[in-house]
Amino acid sequence: MTTVTRTLRRKARVPWSNTLRHDGVLYAMALVPIAYLVLFRYVPMIGNVIAFRKFRPGGNILGEEWVGLRYISMFINDPTFWHVFSNTAILGGLTLLVCFPLPIVLALMLNEVRKKAFKGVVQSITYLPHFLSIVIVAGIVMQLLSLEGTVNQIITAMGGEKIPFLQRPEWFRTIYVGSEVWQTVGWGTILYLAALTTIDESLYEAARIDGAGRLRQTWHVTLPGIRPTMITLLILNIGTFLNVGFEKVLLLYMPLTYETADVISTYLYRVGLVSNNLSYAAAIGLFQACIGLVMVLSANLISRRTVGASLW
Amino acid sequence: MILDPVKTEERESARTETIVTGRPRRTRPGGLPQESKGYRVYLGFNAVALVVISAVTLYPFATLIAQSFSSSGAIKAGLVNLLPVGFNLDTYHAVTNDQHFWRSYGNTVMYTVVGTLVAMVLTTLLAYVMSKEHLRGRNVLIGIAVFTMFFNGGIIPNYVLISSLELKNTMWAVILPGAMSVFNLLVMKSFFENLPRELEEAARIDGLGWWGIFWRIAMPLSKPVIATMTLFYSVQFWNDWFSAFLYLDQTDLYPLSLHLRNLIAGATTTTAESAAAVGTTSAAIKDNVKAVTMVLAIIPILCVYPFVQRHFVSGVMLGAVKG
Repeated sequence: MTTVTRTLRRKARVPWSNTLRHDGVLYAMALVPIAYLVLFRYVPMIGNVIAFRKFRPGGNILGEEWVGLRYISMFINDPTFWHVFSNTAILGGLTLLVCFPLPIVLALMLNEVRKKAFKGVVQSITYLPHFLSIVIVAGIVMQLLSLEGTVNQIITAMGGEKIPFLQRPEWFRTIYVGSEVWQTVGWGTILYLAALTTIDESLYEAARIDGAGRLRQTWHVTLPGIRPTMITLLILNIGTFLNVGFEKVLLLYMPLTYETADVISTYLYRVGLVSNNLSYAAAIGLFQACIGLVMVLSANLISRRTVGASLW
Repeated sequence: MILDPVKTEERESARTETIVTGRPRRTRPGGLPQESKGYRVYLGFNAVALVVISAVTLYPFATLIAQSFSSSGAIKAGLVNLLPVGFNLDTYHAVTNDQHFWRSYGNTVMYTVVGTLVAMVLTTLLAYVMSKEHLRGRNVLIGIAVFTMFFNGGIIPNYVLISSLELKNTMWAVILPGAMSVFNLLVMKSFFENLPRELEEAARIDGLGWWGIFWRIAMPLSKPVIATMTLFYSVQFWNDWFSAFLYLDQTDLYPLSLHLRNLIAGATTTTAESAAAVGTTSAAIKDNVKAVTMVLAIIPILCVYPFVQRHFVSGVMLGAVKG
């Protein structure tokens, strides 16, 4: 460490006036971005008080008067809320179940490829859907699944009856998870591929000397090698699994499929912004955000206790 | 966020390099000749499976392009797969003659450019300040930023905020809600933390203030991360439709994504012109019009994709390794 850093270190213990003289410019640089975060991230958080207050559109952003837990008890007694809640949990759970392991499988497959050009091409192709707008993904899904689309062409070619997939509630979850796989699995391999390159070669050597075949090498060396990455991503996924792709559901669902497709965020969107019941919708949103926070924290805690890996 | 407990500098750089250049890992000891027969069979199977996966991934794009060149009659009859049926360019003519299409395209370009610019200024400034380890209150700043990753206000309070700031039906309603991503912020912060400290210290001795150091030393050294972040934000703004959907009512402000969404949902009259031009009289918009609009929306991304893909990958790596 040079003298400058040491001087800075010492200054950290001196009065604020000196700190400001030395680092004032840095604080000034942070001023606008922090103001941005406060206004566009923290004010909405505080804005959630309208969940406990009567809100008049166009009136005070923080509502007019306290109404206590009226809106909270409103959604607790709302059967539709519990219906969309379980839809959300099912959709989120299915997505997690399918979309979490697949990138690991694909990464392991890519890892066995010897020709780097081939590997590069496969990577480029499978990453591509990640860059598309959700609107285009929804559009593609609709085209493929329309009565004239590819899937129905195949069904009729095999002598089956055409299925109006997007109007059938029993198909919605499959469609949702399937398009999620298409869009996210390739991109999801990046971190695993990175972790795979860090595994120590001598571990494979040792395994070979012990007589382990390829499969056993994968099981005993490769998978433990990428375990920290798996756990971290699992925590992140569990923490956010109630935030199922709201925008995609909004684009793909229709009243005919509400039975399985309607999730918390789409419900609160309709309650709040279509029916203008902002306080009630805010109460639901607040509930969802709190559950999300609790889930991240507990997933992290459990993983720290059990496997010693943690996000922070 | 710690993804990997083994954190040696060489490992990180080696790893990033490997991924970025797509170089395969070192071959395992023993090499190819000693592989068992079963393993070689597996390798063949593996390659075939990857080809199939790639084909399935590409298939939707291929049909989309095929549909865009096909006649709407052929699409309606369910004849179009990988190749256009009833090849014609009429739909392209019709769509590109539609002023709504071009206006929304122009809006998207503007939102993307301005949004990316604003986001880059906000993100770079804060990331640089957060990267200064000696700074008093640094942890408070980081805490303020990171907390927003785990808890957000939600749709309704955001809507109320944008409405009461009277930003509805302005460009800013589309730009400001997404003008800082904490993930990108942390990626930049970790990049700045790895800049050689000696240079900044030398500049300081030469009498440069923090702003001078930031602008004349740190910025020129950070071109790679600036390029990556610019790309991240550009794609984000290019693809965004939801803020426009929530906050814009006037069709002449619509970005392309929202125009497209309305086409797909069939919930618009703005596209009646292009629909009429290809022979549709009803409100239903023909599949080939949708296909053409989607293709034209994807093209800019496809054009830059080959050049930027590795930047994206390195951005993700940087974020994950250091976070």
